[in-house]
Amino acid sequence: MENSVLLSLRNVKKWYVVRKGIFGKPTYVRAVDGVSFDLVRGEAISLVGESGCGKTTLGRTILGLEEATSGKIIFDGKEIRISDKEVLKWYRRQTGFVQQDPYGALPPFMTVKRILEEPLIIHKIDKYERIERIYRVLTEVKLTPVEDFLNKYPHMLSGGQQQRVVIARAMILNPKLIVADEPVSMLDASVRVEILSLLKELQRRHAISIIYITHDLSTTRYFTEWIYVMYAGKIIERARVERLIKNPLHPYTIALLRAIPDPDANNRFILRDIPPGEPPSLIDPPSGCRFHPRCIHKILGLCDEKEPPEVEYDKEHFVSCWLYVSK
Amino acid sequence: MSFLEVKDLYLYYRTRKGMLHAVDDVSFSVGKGEALALIGESGCGKSSLARCLIRLLPRNVEVFNGHIYLNGTDLMRLSDEDFRKMIRWRKISMVPQAALNSLNPVIKVGEQVAEPLLIHGAASREEALEKVRKMFSLVGIPEAFMERYPFELSGGMRQRAMIAMALIMDPEVVILDEPTSALDVLTQANIMNMLKKIKREYGVTFILITHDVSVSSELADKVAVMYGGQIVELSEADDFYKASLHPYSQKLMASIPSLREEKNLEYIPGSPVSLINPPRGCRFADRCPYRMEKCSSDPPLITINKSYVKCWLYAK
Repeated sequence: MENSVLLSLRNVKKWYVVRKGIFGKPTYVRAVDGVSFDLVRGEAISLVGESGCGKTTLGRTILGLEEATSGKIIFDGKEIRISDKEVLKWYRRQTGFVQQDPYGALPPFMTVKRILEEPLIIHKIDKYERIERIYRVLTEVKLTPVEDFLNKYPHMLSGGQQQRVVIARAMILNPKLIVADEPVSMLDASVRVEILSLLKELQRRHAISIIYITHDLSTTRYFTEWIYVMYAGKIIERARVERLIKNPLHPYTIALLRAIPDPDANNRFILRDIPPGEPPSLIDPPSGCRFHPRCIHKILGLCDEKEPPEVEYDKEHFVSCWLYVSK
Repeated sequence: MSFLEVKDLYLYYRTRKGMLHAVDDVSFSVGKGEALALIGESGCGKSSLARCLIRLLPRNVEVFNGHIYLNGTDLMRLSDEDFRKMIRWRKISMVPQAALNSLNPVIKVGEQVAEPLLIHGAASREEALEKVRKMFSLVGIPEAFMERYPFELSGGMRQRAMIAMALIMDPEVVILDEPTSALDVLTQANIMNMLKKIKREYGVTFILITHDVSVSSELADKVAVMYGGQIVELSEADDFYKASLHPYSQKLMASIPSLREEKNLEYIPGSPVSLINPPRGCRFADRCPYRMEKCSSDPPLITINKSYVKCWLYAK
């Protein structure tokens, strides 16, 4: 029987060197600082957090676009290392990437056909099959009639259509995993829905695993099963979508949910109870729990000194917070 | 007459492809101390409308006419020079979109925020800096930040500084163009909290421009929905978020994901109407599920209770 886990991360860290002194130690930005989880085949998860929390870096590290500073990334039983060119080339076929800014992601001087053909040429797929695949994938992302789009350049397409081309390119090698980094944040509300439902459809039809990176919690429930909340380089809480939204545990998650309005005329009379301050610097993160300087429940002598372990507080509900560690 | 009343406003730009109808026969009014949210998708003309109100227009303007009454005075009759001296910053100010990058990187934040006062000769340097200190405490910036440069401030703090600058001459109307769209969720909520307090305590009239319907509900007493350069619906917030009237507003509301409830999201088929030579009749007709024959002629503005809607469905 095939293993149900597609991707495993074990204590993955990605630190960037900012400054190297002649003497003394170099300074690091700890963008991703110890992330572990297992992603099940065909499952879609949301990686949620504010800007600078490390979610994009984590996505890029998972894709092998950045080399992890330490820790292990295991995909389909193989360990992924950038230095291992053979495994990496195989890995590229298994993964697809959808970026935030569709226009920036598409080369302006290439036609849609050429953009989609490129990965197929690199992976030595013969000419006849190339055309067939391009037709199939464009139909799947609903850029039809296909002939109308093949010879267009990116600037001739609307934002939503550009994003469909980016998705088609990510799909064209039949990947098992897609990382979608804020795929809809630059689109208007109505176009956003089209793209989200397209991703959902593709995920269901092909049983692709998706890591959906977003700052917008309200879009997560539309096609992902899990929410992972990231803060200052760490995943601090993860659970199934419904459970996390109905019953958040970590004080940061609670604040995050409280900050998001649903349209309601009474909102204007309500002051939201939000912790002041801003996420910490990743160069010199706070000791202990990274949220403790902003946390109203902090236990001095504990939260500011020791890092909280991840505990399974409830079935399939993991949290890293001292409030939930039984003594 | 209302405190701020806009009547039959037009703003057309000259472009290589033809005349662009950015604001095309727009009328609305706002009471003193009220907040009006202008919502719509990108390219619907909402930022152009804001630029009319503060008269910061690009050079390719071909048509700019109509009436903007503030306290009964028609601002459209003022010369550019008079508008600059008497209205901009003093009566109407604006927090521009991309405000995060609007500060001069080589001037200390405190001095920049004081600039409108100094340029208008309304205060001495000391008085101006004293006023900045007051404004900073109002918008929640530590006083020490006056001596800092923009790059030393976080996005949220820079946005607060821009809001302080917009408030520094005690204007009656403040236009906020996408004030929180580049900010994180918690920072956004903190800034909306601050704006709510300012509205409550100082009675400032806000015009909030946003593409985010949820954010609009954080401040708005009234909501105007723009589509294709026109206001297609103007409703009280209490009515709008419960049941909007115009088919476009309804579709827009149906496309907003909800955090707390399961809801089937809808999208609007087709793409937004071009503002260059827009079609005759209702501009939303091509995408509207209720399209009728009548829709090929321009729909009238119909009053229903306290709402206005530009749609034939409601014509008797």
